[in-house]
Amino acid sequence: MRKVAARIVEQLHFEAIEAADGLEALSYCRSAMPDAILLDWSMPTMDGMEFLEKLRAEPNGDHPLVVMCSAETNPERIQFALDRGAAEYIMKPFDGDIIASKFEAVGLI
Amino acid sequence: MTPNDLAFVAELTRQQAGVIIRADKSFFVETRLGPIARREALESVAELIDRVRSTNDATLTRQIVAATLVQDTSFFRDRATFARLQESVIPTLASRDKAPIRLLSAGCATGQEAYTLAMVALESLAPPRIDIVAIDFSAQALMKAETGVYSHFEVQRGLPIRSLLRHFEQADDHWKTRPDLRQSIRWGEHNLLDDLTPLGEFDIVVCSHVLSAFEPAAAAATLDRLDAVCRDDGFMVFGANESVSPPAAFASTPTPGVWRRSSAFPRVSSAG
Ligand SMILES: C[S@@+](CC[C@H](N)C(=O)[O-])C[C@H]1O[C@@H](n2cnc3c(N)ncnc32)[C@H](O)[C@@H]1O
Repeated sequence: MRKVAARIVEQLHFEAIEAADGLEALSYCRSAMPDAILLDWSMPTMDGMEFLEKLRAEPNGDHPLVVMCSAETNPERIQFALDRGAAEYIMKPFDGDIIASKFEAVGLI
Repeated sequence: MTPNDLAFVAELTRQQAGVIIRADKSFFVETRLGPIARREALESVAELIDRVRSTNDATLTRQIVAATLVQDTSFFRDRATFARLQESVIPTLASRDKAPIRLLSAGCATGQEAYTLAMVALESLAPPRIDIVAIDFSAQALMKAETGVYSHFEVQRGLPIRSLLRHFEQADDHWKTRPDLRQSIRWGEHNLLDDLTPLGEFDIVVCSHVLSAFEPAAAAATLDRLDAVCRDDGFMVFGANESVSPPAAFASTPTPGVWRRSSAFPRVSSAG
């Protein structure tokens, strides 16, 4: 899923950096803050929500637009993710059109 | 599908809907006609076409024409257009007086465009002041539009997540538009080649990704019919990247595809 997402993001002419889990993602962000993060809610060691909280506490950590992605479709849970600072939300499964459409919705395209 | 059969179907579609079917569309047309052939208990699409050739069955012909029409659509298609309607056009119309704002979705397909108009209008108007009429040639597309139920994939094309949460309720793995959205829309089977004046007059006439598929003469005549139902100072909206221009009474706006009528222009007779 992560590889697929990265390919799609590259096809949209973005430079994609992949991280296997929240910790790895956080250390990437510390070295170079990205403009956007496609964030999986369920990741090993540190889940998406915990990552988002830690990210926002970093210097310049409110810069990246975060598009959360998860199989969770419960409206209250989705709202929870938005309240925590996700700009958009993708319900799995998704395809390239959906990623493009969500990136457009947050003004990345 | 033989070139001859395709030409026959293409001619029906041109006559009845004004739409051009190109010669390389035989796979598409055959795929669309398959279900009708099966429903009629016929062996093949070729048999279906023979039946129509020999009987001239009007209902069947209509169903065949409807099945060949491309129904591609999505919520908030042409984002900049809907942003302009929401931020400037509709608030301006709303502040004019207390009358309902009337919007026409001409060629509404499965309803995403009409629901988008309703969502956008709800930002500045209460439901009783929103009157949306949505028409299409295809009864099947309208049936889906009216139920307002969309798949997981459909609600993720164009629709911002906050709009989904606000305007839809979850129904198993589908999403259904909420009653206040559905209330403001009336759906109707209507051919754009017919007179539109029975539908009344509109502040905003949306005919997006429809006329590009028309043969030029039908497109021109349809533009006049759309003009006939557009109020003085009203707006006409096409797809942002379509090369469709409205009659001379309309001036372009900074948003591609959005045109405004000037009340100074005399009206073409609305008879056509
Ligand atoms: C490609 S869809 C566009 C849907 C929507 N307006 C949008 O922009 O996303 C074109 C629609 O126009 C409808 N249509 C084509 N010819 C028509 C005609 N003569 N009268 C009414 N509707 C027609 C088709 O049935 C189809 O639903």
